[in-house]
Amino acid sequence: MIFKRKLFSSVALLLLLVAALFPALLSGAYEIEAGRVFALIWSKLSGVPNPEIARAEEVIIWQIRLPRLILAVMAGLALAVSGAAYQGCFRNPLVEPYILGASSGAACGAALAIVFPHIFPQGQLTAFVFALAAVFLSYSLVASRGRIPPLALVLSGIIVGALFSAMVGIMKYVAVDTQLREITFWMMGGLHYATWGDATLNMIVIVPVSLLLWYFSWHLNVLSLGDEEARSLGINPVVSRFLVIVAATLIAAVCVSTCGIIAWVGLMMPHAARLLFGPDHRWVIPGAAVLGAIYLLLCDTIARTLTPAEIPLGIVTSIIGAPYLLWLLRSKGRSLYGL
Amino acid sequence: MVCDTHLPFQRGQTAMSIRNLSFAYGAKEVLRDVSLEITAGSLCGLLGPNGSGKTTLFKCCLGFLKPGGGEIRLGDALLSSYSHKHLASHVAYVPQDHQPAFPYLVREMVEMGRTPHRGAMPVLSRRDHKAVDHALERVGLRQLAGESYNQLSGGQRQLVLVARALAQEASLMFMDEPTSSLDFSNQLIVWETARAMAAEGLGVVICCHDPNHILWFCDNVAALKEGRLLAVGHVGSTMTRELLGELYNRHIYTGQLGARTFIYP
Repeated sequence: MIFKRKLFSSVALLLLLVAALFPALLSGAYEIEAGRVFALIWSKLSGVPNPEIARAEEVIIWQIRLPRLILAVMAGLALAVSGAAYQGCFRNPLVEPYILGASSGAACGAALAIVFPHIFPQGQLTAFVFALAAVFLSYSLVASRGRIPPLALVLSGIIVGALFSAMVGIMKYVAVDTQLREITFWMMGGLHYATWGDATLNMIVIVPVSLLLWYFSWHLNVLSLGDEEARSLGINPVVSRFLVIVAATLIAAVCVSTCGIIAWVGLMMPHAARLLFGPDHRWVIPGAAVLGAIYLLLCDTIARTLTPAEIPLGIVTSIIGAPYLLWLLRSKGRSLYGL
Repeated sequence: MVCDTHLPFQRGQTAMSIRNLSFAYGAKEVLRDVSLEITAGSLCGLLGPNGSGKTTLFKCCLGFLKPGGGEIRLGDALLSSYSHKHLASHVAYVPQDHQPAFPYLVREMVEMGRTPHRGAMPVLSRRDHKAVDHALERVGLRQLAGESYNQLSGGQRQLVLVARALAQEASLMFMDEPTSSLDFSNQLIVWETARAMAAEGLGVVICCHDPNHILWFCDNVAALKEGRLLAVGHVGSTMTRELLGELYNRHIYTGQLGARTFIYP
């Protein structure tokens, strides 16, 4: 019975994701009929040129909206999956890439790569290394004898995040005008510079690593019971946690280095997935992935169509996310957090 | 019974032997020269005041801590030579009652006991599901399988942890104060379950603060004080007034009421 309900929810979510693709593809400042949009995508996919479609339309759909749509799906997926993985391996329902300092670490790495391209030629890689350093710093500041107190981890994450944000501030200070513009874009979080290159890189990294984390979902279940119980059940908690942290940080860092800091998604989506599927990570990981993709697609569509000027995506996700978390705390606080 | 087919140890055979074990946290010596044998098919009670080193002994036996001196053997091989997974298929742990971070269902908690037997993919086989059903049946929680573990009573949660250890199909089970937070009836249920497991051929070690319970339900007793083993042996002959007096530093009396022997202050 429970299994059927979960299966039904999964199918419904996938349909919802497909449905959310349409407004993202069809709405925008420049009106293009739905029929023409699909005709264009079909001609691109099949390789047969369609003479009825104007060059401007082709650029808008193929070069602007489509990579942006793919990036929104990938970013939502990556943030939600990494949030769910962090929550499981730290046994802490309050953590996510942003709270652990991973996002600020990645932003710092990306900013360094912008300001000192000769020293750090690889933006994404630098972002990953700094994000990893931030997470392990937050974690090692509070871990003692295999125990990680939940609230202390949140606090140390905030402290480490502040440290890396301050370093981003220094980068801004020493940056020249064009670099400053690029850095500022990260701090707000947005998808407006999306290119096919970004979209492809994100897909190549995020899809396989998320599948790997899904494969580790049984380990996450056992890890969430605590280190000693995990050991007594035959799992090496140190090795498993290390692998999960590296994988989760990798997808979060790739996402941050292309889309900037988008807070809350990694916290909200795993919770929403738990409300639908229960706490088993074998369901929470894919559930959060699809929910995250839907959520970011909708937020991004709102961000670019609500007003004539684009609203930064990070602002939209926060405006929707903060009240959601408040509601979650008030209504489900006891069962989810033990508060 | 499912368990018998997996037991590598015959009833009465020594499953785990601890020889001259010592352990220290930094400069603080916690265990000194402890030697103990755990027999398959028997229930061994571990008795000792707070801070006597019971928990540390458990952690050494479960492989959480590396012995500072001496050795622990499971069967013929050193405990440290086992991989995590291999060890977990032989030795199960029933921790003290606690609340996990996520509200897993009772069935999901018990399913995690199948971790050492599971294949590479994160799904359970039919044999796994059968073992889980059987374990839930054994502790009488079949009806609660779909409930949230966090919302059960302390006694039921303890039984779920016992069921998880049963699903693990190990031949040795270490229970850490399983009755400390339970009401009288649940205490009896846990003890009866432990007795039934020993009757099936498992070696069960229970750490417990009530000497009466150890006297009534266990076959053997090991008494620890300040990191040293004061006495070890059959409960009837070992748990004397003298031993208990030395263990707790006060006068202890024993008396007979019907067929039961009682220990009282």
